[in-house]
Order: sequence, then structure tokens, then C-alpha cells
Amino acid sequence: MLDDFLVRAALAGVGTALAAGALGCFVIWRRMAYFGDAMAHAAVLGVALSLAFSMSIFAGVIITALGMAVLFLVFTGKGQSADATLGVLAHGGLALGLVAIALVPGQNLSLDAYLFGDVLNVSRGDLAVIWGGSLIVGGVLWWNWSGLLTATLSPDLAYAAGIDPRRKELIITLLLALVVAVAIKVVGALLITALLIIPAATARRFGRTPELMAIAASTIGVLAALGGLQGALIFDTPVGPSMVVAATLMFAAAMLFRRPAA
Amino acid sequence: MSLLQASDISVRHGSTAVLEGVNLDLTAGEIVTIVGPNGSGKSTLLRVLIGALKPNKGKVTRAKGLQIGYVPQKLHIDPTMPLTVRRFLNLPASVGDDAAQAALDTAGVTELGKRQMTDLSGGQFQRVMLARAILGKPDVLMLDEATQGLDQPGSASFYRQIEEVRRKMGCAVLMVSHELHVVMSASDRVICLNGHVCCEGTPEVVSAAPAYRELFGTGTGGALALYRHDHDHHHDHDHDHPQTHEAAE
Repeated sequence: MLDDFLVRAALAGVGTALAAGALGCFVIWRRMAYFGDAMAHAAVLGVALSLAFSMSIFAGVIITALGMAVLFLVFTGKGQSADATLGVLAHGGLALGLVAIALVPGQNLSLDAYLFGDVLNVSRGDLAVIWGGSLIVGGVLWWNWSGLLTATLSPDLAYAAGIDPRRKELIITLLLALVVAVAIKVVGALLITALLIIPAATARRFGRTPELMAIAASTIGVLAALGGLQGALIFDTPVGPSMVVAATLMFAAAMLFRRPAA
Repeated sequence: MSLLQASDISVRHGSTAVLEGVNLDLTAGEIVTIVGPNGSGKSTLLRVLIGALKPNKGKVTRAKGLQIGYVPQKLHIDPTMPLTVRRFLNLPASVGDDAAQAALDTAGVTELGKRQMTDLSGGQFQRVMLARAILGKPDVLMLDEATQGLDQPGSASFYRQIEEVRRKMGCAVLMVSHELHVVMSASDRVICLNGHVCCEGTPEVVSAAPAYRELFGTGTGGALALYRHDHDHHHDHDHDHPQTHEAAE
């Protein structure tokens, strides 16, 4: 079954969407959309590093994503605004990555695969990485759910209950780096944030508790992945962007036809 | 029995000293109110006590296994997060339906379990926060200007609820407030804070202290009058004087 490239593409899309949907809820509750975007853009630099040192793309992307998070803390600690810092890191990282890839000797590859995804070419090994990462994200969210939610609601409430909100923030950041690394092969660096934000924003219309919203977000993400793949085959369009278009259409339909869940 | 002891707490923000050598000792079952003008470090002190802020100097000693129920000054719930009152009560630890309903009853918001947090009025929201805080069976309940945004009858009734909670659960209460008259009548002990402890003692002692009068000046004349009124009558009967509350405004 896994010999069929379409089956592999569908499984890759579903695995990514499951993790991105649930984690995406935290991204919008905590207003981290731009942070996720900066991480994803910086991932292109990670791709360049991986090619230069011939290590796995997955490892390179995780390392630069986390490096970006550390730089963010350093710069905001020195008095820069979060907004400006993210702007610098997102575009600085992306540009540096593009330049670095051009400088890697002996590489004559098309960047499109990393910017927009290349889900039709995922290998069995890629699938293992994607589903492994996705299961880790799901498991960590499951075990820390209540603490993460409390810390997201109010750091002071968390402190009073003996939960360290900085630890919870670190967990979210690590998971975000993992999702970026998992998703880069599926939708590419430029559209990863879409998989985090759009299903979660759509799900806000359906769930009346945080749990239901997270389940709805993952479900919507899976439908968008499968629908996008189907649409790409019918209209002969690129798969990653088609998945994001499918998610956007669902968002638009939810905005038009559903009131917020109450 | 001492539940919580803060000794020689100093906190600086940059070069500004917010708190300087503050000592505080909280005994089981007592109601203590911290009063002080804006910027006097009241909220900072509370955040030190719950562990959200590390003091630059001094230390906080808690009784072993101390449970704190905390009601923050305000809680902004992002509108992107759907959260029913019942679900909110499950944070940070899941509780049974009976316990949740009992807490809502005690806090005076029996009917609200199914509502979204973002749809509540200010007074309802504060009471739901109170319900959540008492669910952990706290040894001490800490409230930071919990009646901000409530009108006078609303905050008076909120404070009556606090006394009710204390009576039922026997927990100590530590609250921060600027609503001197209402709070003082309900307190066993008042601490007047302005970066350091200016004076402390029973409400009678503090309201007569020169340091307190200097801080709050003549603007509290009416409030003090109301306080005396409340105090005179409180021990005899327990009904409201709404017209006096209005008169004091």
C-alpha cells in the first residue's frame, strides 16, 4: 500500500494536519501566529545547513527553529519589541537561507520543494519522521493538557497552582519547532503557519470547550489535507498550496454559515 | 498556626524600589486586608506570595503542602478560546460535577455552569473565579482587587460572599483592596502598605493611625464614617443598609 506515492502523500498530509491542528489552537490562543511564521521562515536556513553538512533536513530545521526561538528571547530581553524582533528573524532567516543554499557547492536544486512542499515525493523514511513527530506532539499535548491550558489562560493562576508557566511556554515552543520540521516536506516553509492557524481559527466556530476546539481543528486539518490532494490531482495544481486553499475555503464557509459556538 | 510567612521582602523594578523590607505573617483562618494607594506594591506583594515573582531580597516560607486559592485582579480570556464555566472550574485539576456545583453555590452563581466565560458580567466573572479558587480546598484564599469594576452594592455583596466562604471553609483570606470602608469592616487585621508597611493592626487601630491618615488624607472622611457605621451595627444584626452605601459615594 505504501508503494503508491498517492497513499504516501495522503498519509503525510493527514499526519501533519493532526498535529498542526491541535497545536495550532495554542498558537492562536497565545497569539503566536507571527512567532510560528518566523520559525517556519527560518527553517529555510535549516535546509541550507542540512545540505552543507549533509545531515537530515529534519535535524537541520529543528536546530534553526530552536535557534530562532533563543534569539527571539535574547533580542526581546534587550528591549526590542516582540513584533519587530520577529520581523527581523523571519525575513533575515529566510533571506540568509536562500543565499546560503545558493552558496552550497555542488547543489543545483530547485528551492520550490522547500518553500512550497513536495508531498508527492515523500519516502517511507519521511513518513516515519512525520508520523513519529506527530505522535510526539499529540502525546505531549495530551499529558500536559491541563497545565498548558492553565498557563495559557493566566501565568499567575498557574504559579498559584504550583505550575511553572515558563516551562509550559518552552514545551509549546519545542512542539512548534517539531511541527515546522515535520510539515516542511508537506506544505513548505512559506505555508506551514497556514496549517497551524487556519484549521484552528475555523474550529473556533465549532467547539464550546478547548478540547472540542482542538479535536475540530485536527479534523478540519485532515479534511483540508485530503481535499487539497484530491483537488491538486483534478486541477493539476501544486499539492501544498492546494491543501491550504482547501482549508481557507472551509474557514470562509464557517465564517459565512456558522455563528461562534456558545 | 502560621500558614505563610514573608520576611524582609524587597523587590526592585530597575532602579525603583517597589517593596522594601516587608514582613507579613498569615495565621490560619484570619482575614487580612492590604490597603495602600496606587503603586504602593500591593499586587507585587501578592505575586511574590504566590510565587509568580522572585523577590530581590527576603524569603517566603509556606506551611508544608499549603494550598493557595488565587483570584487575580483581572483575567483576560482570549476570545479565540471557547471556555464554559464548568470547564474553567476543571483548571488546573479536574473536579467532579457535585464538587463543581457546590463551589458555584458557595460563590453565589448556581446557574452559570453552562455559560461561556466571555459572556459573563463582571460580577459573575469574579464569583466564578472565586468558585474555582475554593475548589482546591485552599488553606488561604488570595484576592487581588477582586471587586475592580463592580459597583458599590456589587462589591459589598462580593465581600459578604468572601466572609461566607471563610465561615464555611475556615480558610484564611488575604486580600488587596482600595475600597477601604467595605474591606475594613470585614477584616480581622489590616496592613497599610506604601512600599513598606506603614502600620498594621485591627481596623480600629489602623484607621486611627497617623500614617494611615496621612496616606489616605481627608478623601476617606465619608468612607470612615461609613466604616464606623458598619462596625457599630454589624455585631447586632446582619442586614443591608443600601441607602447608606449610596450616601457614602
